[in-house]
Amino acid sequence: MEKFLNITLSGLTVGFIYAAFALCLVLIFRATRLINFGQGAQAMFTTYIALELINRGASYWIGLLAALVSGFVIGGLVERFVVRPVETGPEINAVIVTLGVFIFFVALAAVVFGNTFESFPSAFSLTGLQVGGLDLALTRNELYNIAAVLIALVLLTLLFQFTSLGLRMRAAAFGQEVARLLGVRVGQMLTLGWALAGLFGSLAGILIAGGTLVSPNYMDGVVVFGFVAAVLGGLDSFIGAVVGGLVLGLTNSYVSGYAGQELITLGALAILIVVLLLKPGGLFASSVARRV
Amino acid sequence: MLEISDLVTAYGPVKALDGVSMTVPAGKITAVLGANGAGKTSLLRTVSGLVRSRSGQVRLEGRDITRAPVEEMVRLGMAHVPEGRGVIAELTVEENLRLGGLFRKDKDAVAQIEHTYELFPALGERRKRAAHTLSGGERQQLVVGRALLARPKVLLLDEPSLGLAPMVVNQIFGLVRDLVDRTGLAVLLVEQNAKSALSIADTGIVLSLGKVVATDDAKVLAADEQLRHAYLGF
Amino acid sequence: MSTNLSKQDPTGDSQVGTTPEVTGTPSADTARRRIGSTLVRNGLLMLLAFVGIALLLETLSPFRVSQLGVMAYYLPAIAGLTVLTGLNGQISLGHGALMAVGGYTTAVLLERQEGLPFLLVLLISAVVAGVVGLVVGAAAARLHGPYLAGATLALAVGLPGLALKFDEFLGGDQGLRVSPPRAPDGIESFYESLMGDNLSGQRYLAYYGWIIALVVLLLLSNLVNSRYGRHWRAVRDDEVAAELAGIDLGRMRVQAFVVSAVCAGVGGSLLAVVTRLIAPTSVTIVLSFGLLTAIVIGGLGSLLGAVIGAAVLVFMQQIITDTGLDAGLDASQAANIAPLVYGVLLIVVMLAAPRGLVGTVRMAWSTRAAARRAGA
Repeated sequence: MEKFLNITLSGLTVGFIYAAFALCLVLIFRATRLINFGQGAQAMFTTYIALELINRGASYWIGLLAALVSGFVIGGLVERFVVRPVETGPEINAVIVTLGVFIFFVALAAVVFGNTFESFPSAFSLTGLQVGGLDLALTRNELYNIAAVLIALVLLTLLFQFTSLGLRMRAAAFGQEVARLLGVRVGQMLTLGWALAGLFGSLAGILIAGGTLVSPNYMDGVVVFGFVAAVLGGLDSFIGAVVGGLVLGLTNSYVSGYAGQELITLGALAILIVVLLLKPGGLFASSVARRV
Repeated sequence: MLEISDLVTAYGPVKALDGVSMTVPAGKITAVLGANGAGKTSLLRTVSGLVRSRSGQVRLEGRDITRAPVEEMVRLGMAHVPEGRGVIAELTVEENLRLGGLFRKDKDAVAQIEHTYELFPALGERRKRAAHTLSGGERQQLVVGRALLARPKVLLLDEPSLGLAPMVVNQIFGLVRDLVDRTGLAVLLVEQNAKSALSIADTGIVLSLGKVVATDDAKVLAADEQLRHAYLGF
Repeated sequence: MSTNLSKQDPTGDSQVGTTPEVTGTPSADTARRRIGSTLVRNGLLMLLAFVGIALLLETLSPFRVSQLGVMAYYLPAIAGLTVLTGLNGQISLGHGALMAVGGYTTAVLLERQEGLPFLLVLLISAVVAGVVGLVVGAAAARLHGPYLAGATLALAVGLPGLALKFDEFLGGDQGLRVSPPRAPDGIESFYESLMGDNLSGQRYLAYYGWIIALVVLLLLSNLVNSRYGRHWRAVRDDEVAAELAGIDLGRMRVQAFVVSAVCAGVGGSLLAVVTRLIAPTSVTIVLSFGLLTAIVIGGLGSLLGAVIGAAVLVFMQQIITDTGLDAGLDASQAANIAPLVYGVLLIVVMLAAPRGLVGTVRMAWSTRAAARRAGA
């Protein structure tokens, strides 16, 4: 029983990070109808940038800041120069391009930073907390992870719902042509959307790295998990992405705990297959008519 | 106010506009009429920059805006309510309206939105509702209200009566006429419903296959039975 | 935006050669005759190709022979993938994993079952890969959107986990050793009498691989020109029209995916046999991306492009890695230059020449031909 509780707990905490990553995929999908398969590799690269700084004596927080800023910049650059030219053509071209980004960053990291595993520091302690004499499989660091994601979520929601910039971004995502007629610089909004997604992805990347080993491929699984989580939520919905992330975190944890850690990605694939066969629109199939 | 000269727009080998010229003066409603495919929507889309013209010129208050990017138009004083209304369905009524006034220099946006609710009470009642819950008539009110919030000098209206009940159409047309008379707004109105359009317009222009076949006072056009039968279907 | 290529057809036709497209509905007789003649024509082409390969295998150094062997196992997978992507408009990031399915099936069968004929093992491996393709395809290929890409990515990332989990059965990290087929005595003596020399194991494997690869190309080429190929293209070009014509979109997509999975399975089986090993490291995600790069370079949908892409992949990889080593990079770094180049190529080719090598050349030819016709 205790094992079950602990597995559930750790599943929820990692689920929040998957939710953050799923959010950035949904952010991009809503704006440009594309899945940025390279998002994980971008995040991994910014984590390495942070690691370089930390290894040279910077604090964890400086590293985090560096990762977020570089994630933002890289995200914007990728949209503006790599994806923009293919945004309007056949969808397949854009997908191939984001895959090019994926493999480019993975290989670049391997060449520049090395192909071995390196340990990444955690922000807070990794020892389990004690609540009323009970040993919980919850660490300070995991609480920090959850808090970080929630704070980022709140800030993102505030940006989108309550600022004029957020309004313009949403207009650009939901009604590109009309938005242009209303004076919204849609191109800039798209770049900004990808930049924000890059920032979110980098956050997820750093949180996952905390206290574990990183390698150029360490985010590959997260891309898959984020994608499945986003699909669970319906690809269009932020709330759906969060719920999808939590669900996936839980299932990953159960698979890892009861079947074996090596099988978690296949487990995610199985979930994806089941969802696509039964409810392709995701658990929150949104039925808002786009036509007016 | 708005001068269009020899505008040519083509999609591949097909010329949607074949040398169209017209003047849209301030304080007047200029109606552009014609059958489907005559080029009416292409005209508006070319003027507002959604579509690039092959040749010709568009001038706003004397200033050449032929190659100006779409996003600039609102800042230059032109508002375009597109075919299909252009409500952003996922946003609320209030958010749609806020978008209208985003780029105005004077910052009394909130007061202006309240004024819009006075003009369109139905919108006021539904201000926090998602725009896709609105009826056709309410959506038309929303997009007209939204366009007006930009305090445009020229308003392009693409088939506002489409899918609306005659009573609602009259209400909206009446509102536009009133606005034009009071504020000196220039309106370029594209309509399939020629009868209603001519009833509130000052000038009527008939397009056929991308060319202007008639330009005249609206009352004169309405009285020309031969023309009406040939091009306007009534 | 939809998953089809209606806005920009990357390729005209997709076979080796230039058969005019069948546009109307010819009578059954003419159709049969035309298909028959296509089969004959392609068969002759393959025969010619085989002669060419044989020449190369006989005259080149052992190192080149081994490279040609590698090219032989890439080719079926790349060909299947280019048909899927170019003809049907779908993208798979997991064809490396499907190759792994084929390879591991081959390795396990050869290890557990003494005396099974290699061709039978190959067929079984191809079928198993096809079944995996069916499951994934039925779920994801049916649907519109990035689902197949994501699902196949999940397959590519997740499949190595199986090998690690069931390590006593699948060899774990180290993988499984494969004893490759030896030339039957009859063939060996025939070769000796012809060439006056021993048939080396490696050379035999290269022949074996290439014959299979050419057969796969022949079959694919016929499939592409058959009713199936036309239906797949219809689905890619105009879904609405295809549906109105009575074509079941979902089924066509799944069909195309399964066919490409079977081809990947064949390639994987050859991989296991030619490299004598199948391990998680032989089928990393870099492999899936390499296959993608190959079809993009060659031109989506072109079988000729698949051959070119396979050649570029194999020979370029070696050149790039060597250049890296010469430039002073260590082994691990040099090995990663090739994927770096893949990434850059994927981006640059898509941005500059989305039709790939073959497609761009074809476009140039046909534009010039049309201009000449117009001018004359």
